[in-house]
Amino acid sequence: MSRNAPQKKGLTAIDGAMVLIVILLIVQIWLLSATLESYLAGHREAAVPGAIISGILFAACLGLYRLVDRIDSDNRQG
Amino acid sequence: MSWFRKPSSTPLWRDEFSVHTVDERYVNRRQFTKFLTLTSFGMLVGNLWILARSAFHRAPVYPKLAVGSVDELAVGGVKIFAYPTADDPCILVRTAAESFVAYSQKCTHLSCAVYYEKEQNRLECPCHQGFFSITDGSVLQGPPQRALPRVALEKKNGQLVAIRMEGDGA
Repeated sequence: MSRNAPQKKGLTAIDGAMVLIVILLIVQIWLLSATLESYLAGHREAAVPGAIISGILFAACLGLYRLVDRIDSDNRQG
Repeated sequence: MSWFRKPSSTPLWRDEFSVHTVDERYVNRRQFTKFLTLTSFGMLVGNLWILARSAFHRAPVYPKLAVGSVDELAVGGVKIFAYPTADDPCILVRTAAESFVAYSQKCTHLSCAVYYEKEQNRLECPCHQGFFSITDGSVLQGPPQRALPRVALEKKNGQLVAIRMEGDGA
């Protein structure tokens, strides 16, 4: 097997993780705008669940970034 | 000890500026993923800011302001005034003989001035065709997402007095 095969496999995994992060980010942007609209309308009760869910989404993004970083590190060190 | 990557003997500058095309693809993707993750952190900070503002919210104290006399307006008549500060334009409408309503004149979409459309009996924003109910200020149609903040009024000795704002998120 050539050296390129695992490299391409790693790239595919990274691409998949990137797509997931983009989806999570879109949800997070929507969440921020919805929470802000609620806050400006005087509904402050939406702030706590908004912050918690946003924190979970950020943690998921961080986990995926860590995965990308590890795949990158593993593949490029051979 | 690195939190993310395995310890490497390769210097950082060499790691980030690879001479191999395949390795460069990795660098590009990793950098882009890092950018996306930092953007996600920015969104979290935004949510935390809203949370902090909500947690440390204090109920504002509104002044009492005489808007005008009850007999000043005919039915369907409109008066513009400023409340609670000089920078907050409001609109007072006499909808019936004994019925007065007042709202913030700033559209909740992009702050254009709304006006009273007598024939349709609603408040309209001319900028993006946002329509609000004259009864409660709720959105009837158009891009605004929130109702118009309402000015609470009371009648005192034939005078209309603004006492507080309702639904302005303050």
